[in-house]
Amino acid sequence: MKITEEMVDYVSTLSRLKLPQEEKTRMAGELEQILAFMDVLNVLDTSEVEPMSHVFPVKNVLRPDAVEPSADRAELLKNAPVPDLEAFLAPKTVE
Amino acid sequence: MPWETVIGLETHVELATQTKIFCSCTTAFGGEPNTHCCPVCTGMPGTLPVVNEKVLEFAVKAGLALNGEITRRCKFDRKNYFYPDLPKAYQISQLYLPIVRNGKVPIRTESGGEKVIRIHELHMEEDAGKLVHDPWIDQTRCDYNRCGVPLIEIVTEPDFRSAEEVIAYLEKLRSTLQYLGVSDCKMQEGSLRCDVNLSVRPAGSQDLGTRTEMKNLNSFKAIARSIAYESRRQIEALEEGKRVLQETRRWDENKDATFAMRSKENAQDYRYFPDPDIPPLELTEEYLDRLRAQIPEMAEKKAVRYQTQWGLPAYDAQMLTGEKALAGFFEETVNLGAPPKQASNWIMGEVLRRLSADGLEAGEMALTPGTLARIIALVQEGKINRNTAVKVFDAVFAGDGDVDAYIREHGLEQVSDAGLVGQVVEQVLAANFKSVEDYLGGKEKAFGFLVGQVMRELKGQASPQVVNQTLRERLEEKKSM
Repeated sequence: MKITEEMVDYVSTLSRLKLPQEEKTRMAGELEQILAFMDVLNVLDTSEVEPMSHVFPVKNVLRPDAVEPSADRAELLKNAPVPDLEAFLAPKTVE
Repeated sequence: MPWETVIGLETHVELATQTKIFCSCTTAFGGEPNTHCCPVCTGMPGTLPVVNEKVLEFAVKAGLALNGEITRRCKFDRKNYFYPDLPKAYQISQLYLPIVRNGKVPIRTESGGEKVIRIHELHMEEDAGKLVHDPWIDQTRCDYNRCGVPLIEIVTEPDFRSAEEVIAYLEKLRSTLQYLGVSDCKMQEGSLRCDVNLSVRPAGSQDLGTRTEMKNLNSFKAIARSIAYESRRQIEALEEGKRVLQETRRWDENKDATFAMRSKENAQDYRYFPDPDIPPLELTEEYLDRLRAQIPEMAEKKAVRYQTQWGLPAYDAQMLTGEKALAGFFEETVNLGAPPKQASNWIMGEVLRRLSADGLEAGEMALTPGTLARIIALVQEGKINRNTAVKVFDAVFAGDGDVDAYIREHGLEQVSDAGLVGQVVEQVLAANFKSVEDYLGGKEKAFGFLVGQVMRELKGQASPQVVNQTLRERLEEKKSM
């Protein structure tokens, strides 16, 4: 499948990535190779095969509805790139 | 040209579980920002979501009660989008195999007929966090307390033709989910939220027009008004030869109008794929049977029972069963000995009046069935009269006060003492010679006046029966004199 520069632009916009021109060209090539690698599967007739969503034969993994203590807020906020004392901070996004 | 409005609804309902859908953090409303959070619901790398068994149970029960088909093998999918209300950059939802499909909800139309609203699907998903822009630092503060709170989204087919049908459906949905105990459905706290998809077309046409989606509808009133506004806006545009744009519009309560929201770029491309973190769910027939058996008596059945078992009029039965909390309150009052029709009159009259005056929902009131049953009993025993009873009711309503103590402290016991009433009657007759003359001359109206005077002397606490009887006896004696 041919990956055009517009397709790379579209995917990078969805992923909030800003790619310089040379990377766009490189990405188009790499994405094309990745898709070509998977193209091999298209030789098989899968019309009668149910799509597989999970590899392992595991099902119905559930937990009881019982409250456990939440994390310590200060500890949790240490993981944020930019926190204050109460919240994670993000660039202005509210419309 | 006559136009027809076509409406479909997407309703998000917060489930009444103790914990979030994929982790054991509490779902309690409020709380300091980010104190109901853990590495799972804040999307830390390497964490694994595990499904809350109650969420599955509630979703299946809702599906059964809405007459839907339960998907025996279902799974979760990732809905990918970059927005800081979801720290994982995806929402775990269900696209390919939603838990419920093809439900049916019968509603009553204005003309009194019945109409079936088709449910396209019902699926489970997680709620997002709350974003607040802080103008001081020009940054958005993210509070993830709501993030991961379980939701079901119920999507209808475009089967509504008026705001009245939409409201009838939402009332039915709310009642059903409350009876099931799967949600409290409080619109003002956001536990029932609704998006309205609306288009118009020439009456008789089978094609659907271009639709807009309205958000920010947080009351039945807002829903009804926004539907009226948006149909008119679309019809006017089309009649002027303009086009309706497919867009999301925000309802502005204060301006009584909808406004186009800035469309997020490529907002519709969510690149869904199966969530590999969550193994599929396979539901057995035994599991479904067990849940089916737990479905309680719903509003319609209850209303029929109230009529047959307790002889209530259909109107009373329908009013009392509309909300689970109110029906429960009524049944409890009756179980405590109140005659059903009396209890019904009190609830439909005084209780609903106070709830509306105080801006409360039935489930929020402090008054207990025991207190109302006591008031009703005191009226029946002749200890207080009906007027006093309403005063007592109003006094104890807000704090569920002690009825007997209140009556004692305020000296409100009804005067049934024939001797005392007799004395007062004599006084009144002596002081109102003219009215006595009038009565003896055949003016029945004068009797009412004299009753009023006796009641006033006894501060309204006299038994009306005793006053009537005593007064009548004395006047008749005078007649024969």
